[in-house]
Amino acid sequence: MSDVELKPVIEIEKLNLVFQTADTPVHALSDIDLTVNAGDFVSFIGPSGCGKTTLMRVIADLEKPTGGHISVNGMTPEEARQKRAYGYVFQAPALYPWRTVEKNIMLPLEIMGLSREEQKARAARNLAMVNLEGFEKKFPWQLSGGMQQRVSIARALSVEPDLLLMDEPFGALDEITRDHLNEQLLKLWDTTKKTVIFVTHSIPEAVFLSSKIVVMSPRPGKVIDIIESNLPRDRTLDIRETPEFLEISHRVREGLRSGHSYDD
Amino acid sequence: MTEHAETSKLGLWRRLYDGKSFPVFVVVLSLLILWYAGAVYMNSDRLIDQYERGKVEWSWQQLIEDAWSMERPILPAPQQIVVELRKTVLEKKITSKRSLVYHSYVTISSTLVGFALGALLGILLAVGIVHLETLDRSLMPWIIASQTVPILAIAPMIIVVLGHIGLTGLVPKAIISMYLCFFPITIGMVKGLRSPDVLQLDLMKTYSASAAQVFWKLRMPASIPFLFASLKVAIAISLVGAIVAELPTGAVEGLGARLLAGSYYGQTIQIWSALVAASVLGMLLVWAVTITEKLVLGRTGREAV
Repeated sequence: MSDVELKPVIEIEKLNLVFQTADTPVHALSDIDLTVNAGDFVSFIGPSGCGKTTLMRVIADLEKPTGGHISVNGMTPEEARQKRAYGYVFQAPALYPWRTVEKNIMLPLEIMGLSREEQKARAARNLAMVNLEGFEKKFPWQLSGGMQQRVSIARALSVEPDLLLMDEPFGALDEITRDHLNEQLLKLWDTTKKTVIFVTHSIPEAVFLSSKIVVMSPRPGKVIDIIESNLPRDRTLDIRETPEFLEISHRVREGLRSGHSYDD
Repeated sequence: MTEHAETSKLGLWRRLYDGKSFPVFVVVLSLLILWYAGAVYMNSDRLIDQYERGKVEWSWQQLIEDAWSMERPILPAPQQIVVELRKTVLEKKITSKRSLVYHSYVTISSTLVGFALGALLGILLAVGIVHLETLDRSLMPWIIASQTVPILAIAPMIIVVLGHIGLTGLVPKAIISMYLCFFPITIGMVKGLRSPDVLQLDLMKTYSASAAQVFWKLRMPASIPFLFASLKVAIAISLVGAIVAELPTGAVEGLGARLLAGSYYGQTIQIWSALVAASVLGMLLVWAVTITEKLVLGRTGREAV
């Protein structure tokens, strides 16, 4: 079992990304080293501009690095993307307003060319996974923000990827909804054994969800600290009051403080 | 019983006063008053001339009555147009050359063919422009230039050229109508096809969707509200195009022909009836597009642009 869990899914060495802008080049990612193992729940945490989203976009092949090495499932990110190795959940639900909930979930499956029955079956299965049975025929505007984001998670899951990339998926939601979805996400992670990479700027969220926390700092975007969490996999919201939880939170906060340059 | 009737009568006034009908009523009434006054003012010179030449005693009342019932007035009174419309729409067989319904039919045929061609051309141009940067740069200036040429200048040339290769009747009129109406469709469709945001496009990339899939599953459906907005503009323009196309062809059929004939013979009442028919047609056409839009978009709860 431990043998399987240590299989690296993502290997990143000396990764650099420089954006050429009109006046000065921006060093978005600087010498990033990181390994993500199968079954990990990894959070990228840091202030705005630290490159956490950019790093995730590099993994998803939505940005090209300018230096260093990265492999996803032993392939280049481009090959991994073409093999549909991951599901991506964006900051906003990005549902297509002219499609029903069910049709939105079927969108990637249509593109993959699956049979109609398989599409329907997967849509039903993943809607149940995010507790949205019965909403198949609704249009996105008929759903609340939290429900829309859950549909977008179901859509990412329907591809049945082993790797789930989530870019501040609950950032726009209120705290109560967010807590609820965090718990659901943990349960999902525990039952499906997927590898999850999660971008956030909330310390409690990162500590509550993760098995590994990557603390990042801006200008240039780099990794400050990588914290392995020893909290149990099946945790509930109550764990946030335990000394272990507070200790990890403290270490994350220290990392963020040391990395933050207050030059502005 | 009487009391009940009285409250309901009061209720009617209340409704008129509170609702939208009252202001509309006032505006229409004011316009009618202005029109009747205008008819007296415009037509009085010629009438007074006549009176003086005929050495007839005239009163203001006489003048007003005559101004509203001249056979070839400068500005006909509204009721004269209504009478003419009743004569040419209801009392003539619709196959008769004197029936406005017949002439409307002729114009609407070339309008609809021109509109269909224009929509097709407009959409194809937009698809090309959105997908090929060279087309964006090379075609756009020509498209814009084409719209700055006055249609009255170019219409006779189109008719001569097409007549030379044996195309007469409906086709040249439809082509002029198309020439006028493809432009708003191209502009609207380019905007619509480019309307998907970065997130929606990135999503397609994470699925490694092909260009064709991005087009059919994202760009095309996203552009539909924009398409309908420009179709509404375009269908009104294609009607204008069809009418304008009838003028230099010396057509004997169609609303444009009615306008032309009316102006040759000073039949102002006939001109005005043709104008009324044209605007009613225009309203019906735009309404038909709006209904189609509601049917297509309504179910998804999307707002029309």
